[in-house]
Amino acid sequence: MALPRVLILRAPGTNCDVETAFAFEKAGAKAERLHVFRLLENPQLCRTYQIFCIPGGFSYGDDIAAGRILANQIRLHLADLLREFVESGKLILGICNGFQVLVKSDVLLPPTQEGLAQATLTWNDSRRFEDRWVRLAVTGRPCVFLEGIQELYLPVAHAEGKFVARDIATLQALESAGLLVLRYARLTGPLRVESQLIPYPENPNGSQANVAGLCDSTGRILGLMPHPERHIDPTHHPHWTRRLSARLEGLSAHCPSPESSPSCFRPPAAEGDGLRLFKNAVRYFA
Amino acid sequence: MLWEVDIHPAEGQPDLVGRRLAADAADLGLVGLEIRAAVGYLIQGALQLPQIQRIAQELLADSVVEQWVAAPVGDPVLLTPPAGGADGKKQKSQEKSPKNEEAALLPPEGELADTMQPPLSATAFSSSAKPSSAPQQPGHLAPVSCSGHEDVPGDKPGGEKPMPPLFSAEESGPAQTKPGEEQPMVPASCSREGGSAQTEPGEGKPLSGWQSTHQKLPQPEDSRSPTPAQNSALPVGAADSSVLPSFVGEGEIPRSRLIHVLPKPGVMDPVAQSTLAAIRDLGIQVEAVRTLKKYWTSPLTDGQLDLLCTKLLANDAIEQVVLGPLRLERLEIGQPYQFRLITVPIRQMNDAELERLSREGQLFLSLPEMRAIRDYFQQLGRDPTDAELETLAQTWSEHCSHKTLTGRIIYQDPDGQRTFENMLRETIFAATDQVRRRLGSADWCVSVFEDNAGVVQFDEQYHVVFKVETHNHPSALEPYGGANTGIGGVIRDPLGTGLGAKPICNTDVFCFAPPDTPMAEIPRGVLHPRRVFKGVVAGVRDYGNRMGIPTVNGAIYFDRRYLGNPLVYCGTVGLLPKDKAHKEPKPGDLIVAVGGRTGRDGIHGATFSSAELTHQSELLSGGAVQIGNPITEKMLLDVLLEARDRGLYHAITDCGAGGFSSAVGEMGRHIGAEVWLERAPLKYEGLSYTEIWISEAQERMVLSVPPDKWDELEELCRSEGVEATVIGQFVPTGRLTLRYQGHLVADLDMEFLHRGRPRLTRQAVYFPQPSTPIPPEAYRKSNPSEVLLKILGSLNVCSKHWVIRQYDHEVQGGSVIKPLVGRWNDGPSDAAVLRPVLSSYRGLVIACGMNPRYGDLDTYHMAASAIDEAVRNCVAVGADPRRIALLDNFCWGNTDRPETLGSLVRAAIACYDVATALQMPFISGKDSLNNEFRPERGEPIAIPPTLLISALGQVEDVRRCVSMDLKESGNFVYLVGWTEEEMGGSHWGLVEGISGGQVPRVNPQLAGTIFHRLHQAIHQGLVRACHDLSEGGLAVAAAEMAFAGDLGARLALDGMPRPETLQEPMVLLFSESNSRFLCEVRPEAAGDFEHLLADIPFARVGEVTSEPILEITWQGRAVVQSDLTSLKQAWLQPLDW
Repeated sequence: MALPRVLILRAPGTNCDVETAFAFEKAGAKAERLHVFRLLENPQLCRTYQIFCIPGGFSYGDDIAAGRILANQIRLHLADLLREFVESGKLILGICNGFQVLVKSDVLLPPTQEGLAQATLTWNDSRRFEDRWVRLAVTGRPCVFLEGIQELYLPVAHAEGKFVARDIATLQALESAGLLVLRYARLTGPLRVESQLIPYPENPNGSQANVAGLCDSTGRILGLMPHPERHIDPTHHPHWTRRLSARLEGLSAHCPSPESSPSCFRPPAAEGDGLRLFKNAVRYFA
Repeated sequence: MLWEVDIHPAEGQPDLVGRRLAADAADLGLVGLEIRAAVGYLIQGALQLPQIQRIAQELLADSVVEQWVAAPVGDPVLLTPPAGGADGKKQKSQEKSPKNEEAALLPPEGELADTMQPPLSATAFSSSAKPSSAPQQPGHLAPVSCSGHEDVPGDKPGGEKPMPPLFSAEESGPAQTKPGEEQPMVPASCSREGGSAQTEPGEGKPLSGWQSTHQKLPQPEDSRSPTPAQNSALPVGAADSSVLPSFVGEGEIPRSRLIHVLPKPGVMDPVAQSTLAAIRDLGIQVEAVRTLKKYWTSPLTDGQLDLLCTKLLANDAIEQVVLGPLRLERLEIGQPYQFRLITVPIRQMNDAELERLSREGQLFLSLPEMRAIRDYFQQLGRDPTDAELETLAQTWSEHCSHKTLTGRIIYQDPDGQRTFENMLRETIFAATDQVRRRLGSADWCVSVFEDNAGVVQFDEQYHVVFKVETHNHPSALEPYGGANTGIGGVIRDPLGTGLGAKPICNTDVFCFAPPDTPMAEIPRGVLHPRRVFKGVVAGVRDYGNRMGIPTVNGAIYFDRRYLGNPLVYCGTVGLLPKDKAHKEPKPGDLIVAVGGRTGRDGIHGATFSSAELTHQSELLSGGAVQIGNPITEKMLLDVLLEARDRGLYHAITDCGAGGFSSAVGEMGRHIGAEVWLERAPLKYEGLSYTEIWISEAQERMVLSVPPDKWDELEELCRSEGVEATVIGQFVPTGRLTLRYQGHLVADLDMEFLHRGRPRLTRQAVYFPQPSTPIPPEAYRKSNPSEVLLKILGSLNVCSKHWVIRQYDHEVQGGSVIKPLVGRWNDGPSDAAVLRPVLSSYRGLVIACGMNPRYGDLDTYHMAASAIDEAVRNCVAVGADPRRIALLDNFCWGNTDRPETLGSLVRAAIACYDVATALQMPFISGKDSLNNEFRPERGEPIAIPPTLLISALGQVEDVRRCVSMDLKESGNFVYLVGWTEEEMGGSHWGLVEGISGGQVPRVNPQLAGTIFHRLHQAIHQGLVRACHDLSEGGLAVAAAEMAFAGDLGARLALDGMPRPETLQEPMVLLFSESNSRFLCEVRPEAAGDFEHLLADIPFARVGEVTSEPILEITWQGRAVVQSDLTSLKQAWLQPLDW
């Protein structure tokens, strides 16, 4: 099969489109950045793509609330098309602002019987934008993007990433459906999906159930707050300089003792954690 | 009809804004204040309730975490917050557990729709309403049916603490009405006549009169007083005058308050713009939208209220406060403009009149300059128009022409007298010329001191450009807007360089007074430094993050003298394709304005920057303050890069200070230009031709477009929602001609405009204070371990993580060395490294250096040290010293004083000396003079001479870079460089309260060799960690490396390279001698490392240990022994807000 084609949606204020396209290309896809105005003019454009990705940024300035205005455009004008898109076995990915858009446009989670959203992403408990790296545990139902991944070390960079479900029953329903696929995890110690809220800053925003990402019931739509496209190259890892240089490795009589086990303390050798997610998406169409 | 939709936290959701404001209010002395916060939207249009309801539900409120209240403006339902958003303490406990069952479960949408009342009988609504209980009152236009009130006092389910009555708009008394009952929350009098025409509660006519009277928001000229009470048409406390009639106006009685904060008419309101468009996207026609912020407080006296409003909730420069009910009927700004040509009879003016015109017309020109203008127009035999005068004032302003530093200066210092014809030309620029000449064919500079930013070569395909600007005066008046537009403005510099460079990272350096300055010491007209600090950081954050440009480097410096004059330096690096480095407008090209619309914002910003700030500045120049709209600029950036690559224009420049006047005047200076001002798209009606011409509205660029490309450019812009308009043409006349609706409003000779300014001669003297030695006993009294903790916890040294993490420093995906590094991602990196081209490992290194404390002793050594610091920060991470470009930004006091100007000249001479010795070119620079604040009483406060040096380094392969955190126990620690007793201006002196001492000097020849040798060692992979020694010297650098790596270190001072006579451990620990580094080296690499460094001073001073302790010994005795946790805590805590 030909390389899967990725539509990277661009809107006023989108700003992670270039590096997200780069990540998809590096994973073997063919990525094109398309302005939402083009898609609104001709929604059928989306049919020629296999992956629909809404990247990070501040669509429409995140005015009113993060992702709200773009989400409304999608809900009003593109919802049916995207439903068809997923039903035909294609993939949708929303990163950071894209996740906020997917949640607020009801693309990721269907609304309640009353037409209300099941969950939202709202202001961090700190009520400010923060850029920091987090450790993530993968759990729940199978999701195309996360296949074979147990753990990720990625940066978050957002002000409105706190996951809140409409009520406790909704949260439990989402959890038991296995949709809460990405959770913030403790930095040290063995990887675990914690049953309790873990403290700031390991859970950087106060998300309920430490949720960092969600997938839909098909496993073909994933939204996540952390930025996989920012951990593609080994030099993205905050601790990559703790690895020995090639020269020092040559000089060394013995290999350095590996640091303690969590991946956040073990710089990657070949590629960044985030790349695996994009490769999974490409492999799905192989 | 004008509707208001208020958005509140849903029940059970924290009121984060209110909580944060309450905490900030405690800083103001308002301890225990409770604040409820909401955001509101004023929506104007022929709308019915279902439409408003849809807008609220589908667009404005998030039903999971928010609730809304909607009503026509003035409706009593808007006076009281609904239940929810409980107080801070309670929230804290709730946050710990997943959302509880009490969370607002809103009634189903369908139910709302079913029971919806006909519009005229139910015009107020809320998201939690149970409309069946809505009261119906005959003759009552706006019956309140806001069941948000149902749970209010006492009725709350689950036995929660009832909503304190203090949050209702009135205090107490018989008027207390239980919400949801027949009577709406009425006694909140809506009378307009100052509270005397009181409506009887329960009469059902609470709104009588409000509908028939048009009331506009006060225009800026009506609301200049910072006192909110005077801003409002309604007297403070009028809400309850029936209860306490005799006390009305006596502000000593604390009462609950409802406070509205609105942007002043004409002030940029980006959220309102987006909201308007989004409502239209719902298929609902609306005319106008404006946002507001709304607060309910627990009881306050008038004095406390004033304090709260002026110091925390609102900024009088851009916002207005309305207390009690909001009463207005229409959102409208701007009156149609009637053309009237204004001329200024300058030909008859004598000197006194010229000076008065300069001052009162906010031209801020000197008398010789005013005389030159008068003489010019006398020759022409006519008087100038206001537009001509403004154009001259802007072009000749300090901000745009740098006339002081490029002028003739007679300078005297201990070395004798020297006359400069053009001071900058003969120092900074001359250094670059010399470096480039010596490089010959290997010259890697492309365009320096010419374009909007300096340009140097980067790789096969790209050049890089760098510009650093200041935005000090606007940030002093309105920190958020000032910093916001500061970063927005400097981003447009690379975008306006060559044919347009893509911005790839930002830098930010701030100087503030200490954030703990007591309130009582804040002069009138000055904002508290903590507020300035927070506002500036938020302004930079919101603009840089939204633009998608990583903010990767910066510094914050604290000194009391920045109280009235905070400094805000913003820099942007850009990536420019090699074939797009040069631009040239052609005669016949169209002058095209792209981006944001023109409004009344920023009028006189360019000339204002020449003025001293006084306590009245905000009254005089409030118009100089602007708010940015980063998304407009991002959209502009996106289309411009595309237009550049398609070759749709010949030249581009930004509209910065001076607006069109500066951009068009500069672009057309060698051709001539004609501009048709009425074509410029305006934000609102009413701008005069001159206002259009000099407006500094943000997010605009000017292009020179060949006529045959115009259609394609216009189509491209339209396709992404960017406005592009032809406003004139470059014509080969050598004149600047402005027309408005066909009328000639300005006609100036380009030659006079750009070369007619009389050259000024200034006197400058500088005699540094002779250094006074520090007595040895001062060292002996000092305890090194305590000093180390104090320096780590001092404001300049301590961690800036609170700031750094608010900036997205990884967007664009090229981050290599982040600002925070080490095992726990919190150590202070020396510099940032990034890969601007994702498919390549070639890297850019960004760092800075600044040390105003040294300038108090000698500005020569301050400047030399700043360069050394910026360069060594670059080298420490692996930058190649053969490829480091420098930028200078001088912020000084009033250079009319010869000694102030002398201190600047002396710094510029140091720049020449050090840059030529290091063979590093200056590629761009900027100055900001007159940074003085004149309080009502007393002497002006001048800032300390502050030179920021920014350095842009390059690295062949980023995989060879190193970070400053210690890596493995057992490795050796080396000190590289020479240590002298240089404690003058040191942080040891600062924390110990000791002045005097020798200021650190630079030996540029030695520094150059050290930088090259160390670079070779890093390049060869011999160095595991490297950190430069700066404030706090060896001890601080060692501590930072240790806690960043979570590893201990054992060091001995005895072997440090130094003069034999230097035997004082306090000096060895804390001296701030330049050109020094600490390096961690593996034992197996030690031989190669030592061999490489054979011709420079270095010593192995210790090793890395696994114990979490920093131990430093002298003659076998531990002088410092500290555990890492306490060191790190001391460093992390002071600004951990």
